[in-house]
Amino acid sequence: MLDEHWLYIGVFLVLAPIFATVPIIIPRFIAPKKPNPIKLEAYECGIETVGDTWVQFRVQYYIFALVFLIFDVEIVFLYPWAVAFDLLPLFAIFEGILFILILLAGLIYLWKRGALEWT
Amino acid sequence: MPWNGHREITLQVNKADGNFSSAFCVLFRLNALRKFTGKKEYRTGEVPGENMTDPITWIANWLETILEGIGLPVGIMVLILTVLGVLIVVIFVLAIDIFLVWMERKVVARFQDRLGPNRVGPYGLIQPIADVIKLIIKEDTTPKGADVLIYNIAPVIALASVLIIWAVIPFTPTLVGAEVNIGVLFIVAFGGIGTLAIIMAGWSSNNKYALLGAFRTVAQVISYEIPMVIALLIPVIFAGTMSIQGIVNSQELWNIVIAPVAAAILLVSSIAEIGRTPFDLLEAESEIVAGFHIEYSGMKFGLFYAGELLHALTIGALFSTLFLGGWRGPFVEQIPVLGIFYLFGKAFLVYFLIMWIRYSLPRIRIDHMLNFNWKFLTPLALIALMVTAILDKLLTDFSNITYAVIMLVVNLVLIWAVIMVLRIYASGERKKVGELKPTANADAVLSTFGKDVSSAQETSGAST
Repeated sequence: MLDEHWLYIGVFLVLAPIFATVPIIIPRFIAPKKPNPIKLEAYECGIETVGDTWVQFRVQYYIFALVFLIFDVEIVFLYPWAVAFDLLPLFAIFEGILFILILLAGLIYLWKRGALEWT
Repeated sequence: MPWNGHREITLQVNKADGNFSSAFCVLFRLNALRKFTGKKEYRTGEVPGENMTDPITWIANWLETILEGIGLPVGIMVLILTVLGVLIVVIFVLAIDIFLVWMERKVVARFQDRLGPNRVGPYGLIQPIADVIKLIIKEDTTPKGADVLIYNIAPVIALASVLIIWAVIPFTPTLVGAEVNIGVLFIVAFGGIGTLAIIMAGWSSNNKYALLGAFRTVAQVISYEIPMVIALLIPVIFAGTMSIQGIVNSQELWNIVIAPVAAAILLVSSIAEIGRTPFDLLEAESEIVAGFHIEYSGMKFGLFYAGELLHALTIGALFSTLFLGGWRGPFVEQIPVLGIFYLFGKAFLVYFLIMWIRYSLPRIRIDHMLNFNWKFLTPLALIALMVTAILDKLLTDFSNITYAVIMLVVNLVLIWAVIMVLRIYASGERKKVGELKPTANADAVLSTFGKDVSSAQETSGAST
């Protein structure tokens, strides 16, 4: 069965990038194009760039990305629970609460281990 | 209908059988659609709102009769009407986007006690069009060593991901865009793709400042997605559905009244998601110049700018849909077209609030930003979710007014408790940092300098 709502979203998915592409296609024809080596240098406040751009970065970024991944995946599990909320008995609600408490305990563990510290 | 109805209505929506779904027909696809899917066919006058109270549905019907007259197959007709509907929404949203440039500049000017654009057209209203023309005829440079493909795709994704969110926002009772049963997840998913655009721009620019901006995006935007996703669970619990239209239908009483804590968390984390002050670390002008879009010029920069402004308005529309009743307002049942004005009125109100915060607060430091999210917003969101879930289940048998009052009171108690915890924590921090700094106090000043002042007065009096 063809779902008309998904057709609408599908057409949106095709048309939105086209609408966003048109404004950067038009300047190709009417804007000036006079590149020179100095213009194409990376802008770093007028100072010549030193070394490779793709430098090493702090390990904290990586840790926060991992923490995000864990929490995001776990919270997505709560969405079916929330949708079926009115149909669930009180017992199932408390099972959901238990799940949230485990999440909270994980957060406190990370906090105590110092994974959430920047410095 | 009393607003208790939130459960009954959503159940009806979920059933989505012929009779009821007529009120939720998709933009520009009425009878053709029903023929195609084999649902009941409606004749003139039967479809609700088929008169001047709902001009858009009326135009859709009129167009459809014309297309039917030509004798096109039903499948192609549905496709044409769908494309037309999408075009209208996209062009409408982009037109508002251009107007937003003017609004943003005018409001910031007033906040800073200036006049803002006032030369081009009345009140400077034609200024944004002049801006767009200027951006289009600017040279478009690609820096040396940039990853050309990713560099060029990033601004397109930045704008497109925001535009796509408008596919699921309902404008009026009869004009809903796409009514999908995973609306909330759809919004979160495409908000995430906007983040990807920023990372792509920063990574491909071959510029250290841009890369720093992209790193900060990773830390900030993904962190603030956690409290946002948790806060979004609360309207889903109230409505019993993830469909955006279902959530609007469930709000006989606005969700902000029964869940102010969740509303506040959503607003704050949304501001962080779009990277506006006080969370504008990813483009901090004074540290990393412009962050991820430092190397972009001309219309590619314009697309990032347009995407950011439109994202702020989209957040306003989402917030009003999920917590302020969306298109709900007086007489909207009789005259559905009013819903558009109510929705955009509320969206611009929230947009103004976001601008107000932007122009009032300074930027916060990156460790403070992360602490605020992980050590304050996330635990608070989890606690608010637990409290709401338990109360919602326990209060099922109570009357609606009791339910609303208890929810509101519990939320206020939660806010009070949070403020007390913060006060205790803050005083501890102050002790850690050092002694309280002396403040200007009339008695203290007099007791220290009092003698000198009075003696000086005496001497000066004596000399005259």
